[in-house]
Amino acid sequence: MQLFPCPFCGPRSESEFHFGGEAGNRRPEGFRAVTDGEWAAYLHERDNRRGPASEIWMHMTCGEVFRMERDTVHHGAVRSFALIEGGGDDGLAH
Amino acid sequence: MTRHYSAFSLVKEGLAGQTGWQQAWRSPAPKPRYDILVIGGGGHGLATAYYLAKTHGIRNVAVIEKGWIGGGNTGRNTTVVRSNYFFPESTALYDMALTLYEGLGRALNYNIMLSQRGIVTLAHSEAEMETAARTVNAMQINGTDAELFGVEDVRRVLPLLDMSPAARYPVFGGVWQGRAGVARHDAVAWGYARAADRLGVDIVQSCEVDEFIVEGGRCRGVRTNRGEIRAERVGMVVAGHSSHLAAKAGFRLPVTSYALQACVSEPIKPALDTVVLSPATGVYASQSDKGELVLGGALDRVPSYGQRGNLPVLEEVISGLLEMFPSFRQLRLMRQWAGIVDVTPDSSPILGESPLPGLFLNCGWGTGGFKAIPAGGTLLAHLLATGKHHDVSRPFDLDRFARGRLIDEAAGSGIAH
Amino acid sequence: MTAWRTDGGTAIDRGRPLAFTFDGRRIEGFSGDTVASALLAGGVSILGRSFKYHRPRGLWGAGVEEPNALVDIAGGMPNTRATQVPAEDGLAVRSVNAAPSAEKDRHAFLDAFSRFIPAAFYYKTFMFPDWHRFEPRIRAMAGLGTLDENVKAPAFAEQVNHHCDVLVVGAGPAGLLAARKAVRAGRRVVLSDDGRQAGGSLLFRAATVEGKPGAEWAADVAAELTRAGALVLAGTTAFGIYDHRLVGLNEKGEGGAPDRLWRVRAQSIVLATGAIERPLPFGNNDLPGVMSAEAALVYLRRFGVAAGRKVVVATNNGLAYETAEALAAAGADVTVVDHRADVAAPAGLRVLRGTSIVSAGGRNAVSSVRLSDGQVLEADAVLASGGFTPTVHLYCQAQGRLDWRDDILAFVPGRAVAGVEVAGAAAGDFGLPAELADGTGRSLGIVAAWPKPRARQRVWIDLQNDVTAKDVELAVRENFVSVEHLKRYTTLGMATDQGKTSNVNGLALVAELTGRRIPEVGTTTYRPPFTPVPFAAFAGARSGTRMNPLRRLPLEGEHRAAGAVFRDYGGWLRPAFYGAGAPDERIQAEAAAARAGVALFDGSPLGKIEVIGPDAAPFLDFIYYNTMSTLALGRCRYGFILTEAGIVYDDGVLVRLDEDRFVVSCSSSHVAGVHALLEEWRQDRFDRRRVFIHNATAEMATLTVTGPKSRALMEAVGFGAALDDAALPHMAVTAGVFEGVPVRIARVSFTGERSYEISVPADHAGALWARLGHAGAAFGATLLGLEALMILRAEKGYVVIGKDTDGTSRPMDFGLAAPLARKTVEFVGRRSLVTEDASRLDRRQFVGLEAVDGKGVLPTGAHGIERGEGGLRSTGYVTSSYFSPALQKPIALGLIERGLSRMGDVIELQHLRELRHARIVAPCAFDPEGGRLHA
Repeated sequence: MQLFPCPFCGPRSESEFHFGGEAGNRRPEGFRAVTDGEWAAYLHERDNRRGPASEIWMHMTCGEVFRMERDTVHHGAVRSFALIEGGGDDGLAH
Repeated sequence: MTRHYSAFSLVKEGLAGQTGWQQAWRSPAPKPRYDILVIGGGGHGLATAYYLAKTHGIRNVAVIEKGWIGGGNTGRNTTVVRSNYFFPESTALYDMALTLYEGLGRALNYNIMLSQRGIVTLAHSEAEMETAARTVNAMQINGTDAELFGVEDVRRVLPLLDMSPAARYPVFGGVWQGRAGVARHDAVAWGYARAADRLGVDIVQSCEVDEFIVEGGRCRGVRTNRGEIRAERVGMVVAGHSSHLAAKAGFRLPVTSYALQACVSEPIKPALDTVVLSPATGVYASQSDKGELVLGGALDRVPSYGQRGNLPVLEEVISGLLEMFPSFRQLRLMRQWAGIVDVTPDSSPILGESPLPGLFLNCGWGTGGFKAIPAGGTLLAHLLATGKHHDVSRPFDLDRFARGRLIDEAAGSGIAH
Repeated sequence: MTAWRTDGGTAIDRGRPLAFTFDGRRIEGFSGDTVASALLAGGVSILGRSFKYHRPRGLWGAGVEEPNALVDIAGGMPNTRATQVPAEDGLAVRSVNAAPSAEKDRHAFLDAFSRFIPAAFYYKTFMFPDWHRFEPRIRAMAGLGTLDENVKAPAFAEQVNHHCDVLVVGAGPAGLLAARKAVRAGRRVVLSDDGRQAGGSLLFRAATVEGKPGAEWAADVAAELTRAGALVLAGTTAFGIYDHRLVGLNEKGEGGAPDRLWRVRAQSIVLATGAIERPLPFGNNDLPGVMSAEAALVYLRRFGVAAGRKVVVATNNGLAYETAEALAAAGADVTVVDHRADVAAPAGLRVLRGTSIVSAGGRNAVSSVRLSDGQVLEADAVLASGGFTPTVHLYCQAQGRLDWRDDILAFVPGRAVAGVEVAGAAAGDFGLPAELADGTGRSLGIVAAWPKPRARQRVWIDLQNDVTAKDVELAVRENFVSVEHLKRYTTLGMATDQGKTSNVNGLALVAELTGRRIPEVGTTTYRPPFTPVPFAAFAGARSGTRMNPLRRLPLEGEHRAAGAVFRDYGGWLRPAFYGAGAPDERIQAEAAAARAGVALFDGSPLGKIEVIGPDAAPFLDFIYYNTMSTLALGRCRYGFILTEAGIVYDDGVLVRLDEDRFVVSCSSSHVAGVHALLEEWRQDRFDRRRVFIHNATAEMATLTVTGPKSRALMEAVGFGAALDDAALPHMAVTAGVFEGVPVRIARVSFTGERSYEISVPADHAGALWARLGHAGAAFGATLLGLEALMILRAEKGYVVIGKDTDGTSRPMDFGLAAPLARKTVEFVGRRSLVTEDASRLDRRQFVGLEAVDGKGVLPTGAHGIERGEGGLRSTGYVTSSYFSPALQKPIALGLIERGLSRMGDVIELQHLRELRHARIVAPCAFDPEGGRLHA
């Protein structure tokens, strides 16, 4: 059972969190202009990093969505960032 | 040297002190050039090499493996083989594998211990029985064996199962596939390796890919810790690490890596005769010939490359098992572990040429790669030898994601999406 | 073997004798004995049979490492290590893998064929005609203990979550010292040990610590720890270290209680887990009577059992001398056989230096040993020490890496692991910790005594799995030289002891055979659990409804009083139908009554998620497939919610209460999912200050009044609101009051009849239900269960998500193509609706199916079929099927290829190989004009 830090509630068990995907996966806007390939890339293609990763998670108990950095191999070095007020948005891209 | 395996050769070698056996496979140094290079010495990679040599007569082939052959998910799974799928594309794929498994021991001259004990997928409500009927009908129409089991049928094959109507998940029946069962996972890898080696394939262990050689927009080989290896076509069969290698080749895949855990009990005298799966608890179980109960459950919830188990999933799996089989409370956990599986959006595999021409993919098997090994090898060998899809592999091409034509078994078999 | 009781033994109480049976034979012992020590004292030399060759086996060890002495204890404890289970009066103990008894095992003859069944022989044969021909017999031979099918162990094992600053694993001298330091520094400490008593090696090795006898010092430190508030867990094995320093511990239950699982989250962990003695490699080193020298010391000092009268102590190190001296002092005739030529012999002890045992002799127990110099010594016990292997399992589980030390011939922890410290013998420090040592300790002074190739006799490496040096040689010959291949091919280290005594000897032999150093061979992965842990401990309290609690209705009591039969619907326990009698008849009657008069239905689990704020309308336009911003105040609109992949995820009615206030109704099983979906999109692309989400599902019950007389009943109850069709038409909503409490009344219908859906605070649901029932009596109101509701909605062709849809369903498959064509703004899943797959002409579409073969109701799950050259092909399937009470004929719904353009076609269906015929019709079979909604 890993401990994840919710930026609002502090460290909580992994079972309280819902994986929201990789940070920086932006939805292509303007459905008429978006190609099949661009849409499939957004929907399905992933970096799926082995090692340090930046991800979007929801803490189900407080409902907040945030960005978390963690290592996908040894599960260490966990940090999280609130996304409120656009401040976290810079952190989304990688 | 004794090459052929048989009861006779065992007796002969027994009298000679078992000293005459030939190596199961050689340990050659990699050559600088092959016709075809297969990256990944798991079951699928070794089978690919075997079928390249056996079916297509292409023997100038190498399999490179960064660790030891069969050490990834081939050596970590719960050994179930079955073809109880809903969509015809899936049935064609997995039934091809099961049919090949049925003759594999003799074909490879290696006892892979295919044990067709049958699998029952339980139904726990009237609604699940309707879904079970839907699945059985699909399987029968698609040409594979399936039966709809009622309560008494389930009781017959699983006498220790709690059949009480008051159980949290009462049993209404289930889907039965009699040809399904288990096979010895290590033996599948070793059997293919030995047979491929006999046909001239080089199996190179401790050989890790550093980068792909790309010339003229085409994959021409790889650079490894053991030198440069060039080939006309390259197959990539590295479940669990597909995205990592894809990044080296310059593309992304619709794959997320998750740990899939498994565990075994201490060995006991026979107590569970068939493979059983309960969709309600996500638990599946069988008993190995050695006597251990082999258990698995759902994927971990957190994407990971950490090849190790944890407590929450273990507790869910074991409590689910005990809910089904109360007398198994007496047993003890002997070992738990995990493998890293490629999970695709539709949980179906990816077979076909990659975005880098000359590099072909066999990945994305999710939790079900072992059962597909003979088919995965056959189909990737066909792709590598001919550059074209086999009819069975075509629906599983990477292009299905852009076309929106996913093959989502969970969706088809009625599991909530 | 002629073991005997001395007059010593610190663990046993001679004033409390006890007796149990082993393979039916009476064994006497004392309180404090383990089953193993009592059997040893009782002169039982054969405790079990080996896994493969059915060789007789006696005790090797005294603790968790024991490979041989597995026993079944009646009452549901198969495969129990005799060294770890306390002897108790009346226990019935049986040997495993032996019949009828360990002593007289009918499969003992197998050993004579051992040369023909070496490691992995089964891969080389049994292929013709087929493995299935041979498997049943082999399967019956395998396995160790026997499951007692009639025993149901207690259903409830305790599980405890705990956290602390420092968790110390192992209460030997190093662990006690670490725990004492931490406690004195003010840390919150947990100390665990698999023994019942703190002290570890101090309980059987002579030592003076801080001026006290070792055992006394240990007891004093343990007492100090407890006084200082530390938690000392005896009989508790730390079996696994998991992510983020979560440690799993198994506390053995006492007096028949189930074991307890501890999950301890520690800031830092000290592993003081000791070391395990290795066997010496000599011929027939598996014979009963060959025992670990350290274990023999344990049996002597703790249990007052001397392992033999004529004892050979064989060693390659200095630590075994304590065993030799102690047994000699107890009166045994002791000879030490020391590999080392260059050692000083203690006075009064017969020591043969520079020699070693080549083989042991004896049939069912050791009776002699042959030495490398040719001498043969008589012996009834051979106490061997091949060195010590630090117990590094937990360190390795914590992702540590091992280093090899040539001076102690052992793997020890290498690189530091954050938060994990290793101390004492586990770190390769076999003496007392430096700050406790008084300089009198024995030194290891070990020399190599590894297994050698080409031994004439069989030398066992893995005792339980019957892996010999010849097997390792065979594996290497066949190129299974990777350590993991070796393990898997020979099964070395894969028995229930997981190689605790065997791994290093195996590695050393492979190193020798392949010309490598031992560390170059490497080690296999250490996986949890360190020792086997009962399944029951992992399950804890999870059983029955505690596994996955059913959600229950506020009105469950009322429904029970009304004779409801409950079923599990998506995790909710809901009335399927009411009253006794044949279920089908009851269900048909309920459905018919609802269409004839008025019926009451409890729809409380219906999702009710409020969306509030100035951006609520554009937010909902994005969420729904349908345009929702145009919805008028006080009105309702049906819509689909899709996934980004363009698949129908949920459906339901959206209610607009106010300009900036909506209620999303969703399927009862999708409430959490829809809520999360709304939150994610809200935070991802909307101004979170301008739209808010509130899940009101649990606070509001939903009761539905349906049927032609529903308006009359509603008006009889009142609600302080105008309920006439002008004020509240179909698909409108109004606010009412019931007993002073505000309620919401919506004219939405899932039955096709005029219906009123009343949402009331859950704590007033009982009163409202009672009032409706009371007032309803005058109108002949009946109760409607979920099964009858399913028929009513199927007559109308209304979709149930997950039943009439599958994971490939898109909204156009249900004839709803308008929003895709007309809606100009983005919405979830939009782009996915114009892919090649979404545009296919042969999609499966939602239609009605009318049986035309006179064979009654179509089976749900039957497939439409087409015959082609390749055989049969499925064209879709029946999703819902019932006998319609309103139409007095079978009706069905299904997803059929090109169904919407094939109205009137008759298709073939197949169910369990039986053929049926049905006509494709519109989904709505009853009142297609919808007049009854307004009647």
